Amino acid sequence: MSANGKLLDVQHVTVEFHIGGLMGGSLLVAVNDISFSMESDRPAIFTLAGESGSGKTTLSRLLLHDLDPTRGKVLFEGRDLATIRKRNDLKEFMKKVQPVFQNPFETFSPLRRVDAYLFDTALNFGVASDRQDAARVVDGALRNVGLSLDEVSKRYPHELSGGQIQRVSVARSLISRPKLILADEPVSMVDASLRMEIVNLFRKLRDEQKVSIIYITHDLATAYYVSDRIAIMLRGYIVELGPVEDVLNRPAHPYTQLLKESVPEPLPADRESWAKHIELGTTEVKEYGREGCKFAARCPYVMDICRKADPPDVLVNQQTVKCYLYT
Amino acid sequence: MFKVIRDLFRYDGRFRLAAFFLTAVTVMIILSYVSPYDPDKSFVVAMDMPPSPEHIFGTDSRGQDVFWWMTFAMRNSFFMGVITAAVSRVIAILMGLSAGYRGGWLDRFLMSVTDTFVVLPLLPILILLGFLLRDIMNQFLLGFILALFGWPYDARLIRSQVLTLRERAFTRTAVYSGTGPFWITIREHLPFVMPIVLATTINNILWAIGFEVTLSILGLSDLTRPSIGTALYWANQHGALVAGVWWWIAAPTLAAIVLALGLYLLLTSVNDYIDPRTRLRLIGG
Amino acid sequence: MALLSVNSLCAYYQTELYGISRTVRAVDGVTFELYPNEIYGLAGESSCGKTTLIKVISGNVKPPLKVISGSVDYQFGSYAVDMLHVPKEDLRRNVRWKEISYVMQGSMSVLNPVRKVIKTFEDIVETHDQITNRREFLEQVTAHINRLGLPTEVLSSYPHQLSGGMKQRVAIALATLFQPSLIIADEPTTALDVVVQRGVLQMIKDIQGASNNTVLLVTHDMAVHANVADRVMIMYAGRIAEEAPTETIFNAPLHPYTQHLIGSLPMIGERSNKAALKGTPPNLANPPSGCRFHPRCPYAMEVCQTTVPDLVLVKQRHRVACHLIKEASA
Repeated sequence: MSANGKLLDVQHVTVEFHIGGLMGGSLLVAVNDISFSMESDRPAIFTLAGESGSGKTTLSRLLLHDLDPTRGKVLFEGRDLATIRKRNDLKEFMKKVQPVFQNPFETFSPLRRVDAYLFDTALNFGVASDRQDAARVVDGALRNVGLSLDEVSKRYPHELSGGQIQRVSVARSLISRPKLILADEPVSMVDASLRMEIVNLFRKLRDEQKVSIIYITHDLATAYYVSDRIAIMLRGYIVELGPVEDVLNRPAHPYTQLLKESVPEPLPADRESWAKHIELGTTEVKEYGREGCKFAARCPYVMDICRKADPPDVLVNQQTVKCYLYT
Repeated sequence: MFKVIRDLFRYDGRFRLAAFFLTAVTVMIILSYVSPYDPDKSFVVAMDMPPSPEHIFGTDSRGQDVFWWMTFAMRNSFFMGVITAAVSRVIAILMGLSAGYRGGWLDRFLMSVTDTFVVLPLLPILILLGFLLRDIMNQFLLGFILALFGWPYDARLIRSQVLTLRERAFTRTAVYSGTGPFWITIREHLPFVMPIVLATTINNILWAIGFEVTLSILGLSDLTRPSIGTALYWANQHGALVAGVWWWIAAPTLAAIVLALGLYLLLTSVNDYIDPRTRLRLIGG
Repeated sequence: MALLSVNSLCAYYQTELYGISRTVRAVDGVTFELYPNEIYGLAGESSCGKTTLIKVISGNVKPPLKVISGSVDYQFGSYAVDMLHVPKEDLRRNVRWKEISYVMQGSMSVLNPVRKVIKTFEDIVETHDQITNRREFLEQVTAHINRLGLPTEVLSSYPHQLSGGMKQRVAIALATLFQPSLIIADEPTTALDVVVQRGVLQMIKDIQGASNNTVLLVTHDMAVHANVADRVMIMYAGRIAEEAPTETIFNAPLHPYTQHLIGSLPMIGERSNKAALKGTPPNLANPPSGCRFHPRCPYAMEVCQTTVPDLVLVKQRHRVACHLIKEASA
């Protein structure tokens, strides 16, 4: 059952960690009052973009029900994830939400054949009744990603390329016919010449298999290529959210502008803006504990009010921006 | 399986040596079943005769042929070691795997138990038990008792390995493939744990035999049954060294060395082979 | 006058384990030159041989790696070094850090995790000179890192207290202590955030501009080369596919592999379909015959399967190894 036709509804979610020792028992707010949603009837690719320390990894673990939010709710198909406790309910959830991990060579045990995991998935989630049936299901899933059971059968991870393993990983996640795939930096460890394979595959999955994908990355170029909407994360906040063309072509938030400018690109025009000198902050750690906007220390347009309290979310053109510039 | 043995034999000198030693041990154990002399009897042959073609290791002061007596000794010592290793492996694996994978309070509880066993002073306890249970003590009971004390270090080792494995991405993949915790431990983690288990098994056999020898020399095990330790006990009792019956001491010592070396060499060569990292190098990872 | 001359270098990994012997032909006939005052980019993906090439030219050859044939010759002003035959002591005292220095990915191999940063500086200096006056030394080091935009507190910190970007910048400061003629940067920014990456790369450019030395920048990220390198060399399966000035590589690449690498770069502002390259990266223990790229090449001809294409000079400073090009100029 889905409420309001929403596949995923993240409502004011906050995740806090207690850190003892080094920081003298303080609070690390990894995810801070985040809200966004995805529709059931329109499969889409939604990108969570951010650098290290932005909270995107914590958020992805939250969405996979790996941890619970300190405040707020995550609703999947109308059901609050925090109410999923029993093993059967968890299994039902896992059928519908599947991950793809970053490092292809760690995704599968080096001592097991990769197809073993696919068979496991098919049998454990009741998609196949026995091994023979599972072979059929597995082959089907592999063909969806441009491989086949013959090619992959009895192979160990080291016998395949990074790109191939990622495709197998995606195939595995498709076996239970999920509604949502969480891909955490799926191409950052894959060679450039093989990257497009995976990224094109995501587009195909959205269009043909009607699977929604949350694509987590720090690479804005592939995000532009593949996603429909994008959320830019900074230190636990979403500072800008909207359709990817608007956010990346006409960035409103100063941080998004900085990110976009810092992406090295081969076109002559962009090379000049990249070469503009920047000051690298020494305050990367200190930024976290600050009051007010987390970008205040580096923002070229910073005002007094920025340092006092968190900026509100404002609708600017097509996107939502968390910045005092637009109030 | 046979390919493994064939490869090891062909390319690893240690394995060849181990095979040689352990074949000698196996032959001795098999021979014990066809021994012409009953080890429990005394004065079946002439006493204190030095090694000769008729009595390869000579005879002892009790009128026993040392060689044939040693075949029984080898058999009993070895089997006792195997019992200890088997039972303590089971305990170590169960404790290590469950503590490592489950974590939380179960981990803390199991590790407290483990640590308690680690700090127990083993020799005095065994001496005490040996003394108290003297009447019913035999190799099997001794093997079993040793097993109850031989698992803690290895349980911790296994637990550490599982702790690392738990954090690796493929464990998460298995979770999202719908596999339950039990099967994850068996299918994903156990293959990495096996080299440790194998290494500790052989180590354990040697450790058990060592303890048995110690206890027997002190007269605290079943002295009527032949074992490497009791051989030395009786040799001592009869003042073998003083009396010049050196072959009575040499034989069990030699037996112990051959057994220990054989097992050790087997351990290191097989361990190298089945270590996941070597295996990966082998298959070109 | 070339700073570095590499000629027909072949370096293989030879392993023998339990009767299985494998030879991985990681570098198979590489010839190129580095000149003073340039940033030379080395591009290629995993298993193209670039890491092995770096190891050989920096004198880090350890079994199972073995140099089979070829030469690696340096000319630091009047000081000539034959890297393949130089004695270890000479290498340690006179070449490392003084003429050739390194910046590695993650800076892990440089910063000692259990000692403060200043100690690492001391260690490196002491392998070459004795520190007679500690205060003077400290002043010089502080001035050096301040010039590079690093705060003085960095020296009294432990590596784990610094962020990834900061550690890399410290590694660069270490690498430039003695003003070496050649700085080898091996994937220096791969694990870093894009803003930090920009800062680190700008720092490398500034240093090169100020001291007019040579930087060999190794990375698989073509966009980085576009913004930093003067010349770029593309390696594939242990051989050079193409080498040209940066403008040429990006605007008029000749080798099909280079064309694909450039063409498949996603860019902000473009969502048109980009095709993937078919096939898989080659297995260097059993590489394809002839031109190693032929199984994946959209223009493969019969000759590509049988004959290795020569690396020919097609225009000034532009070399390509492809049968298509030979055909054209024939």
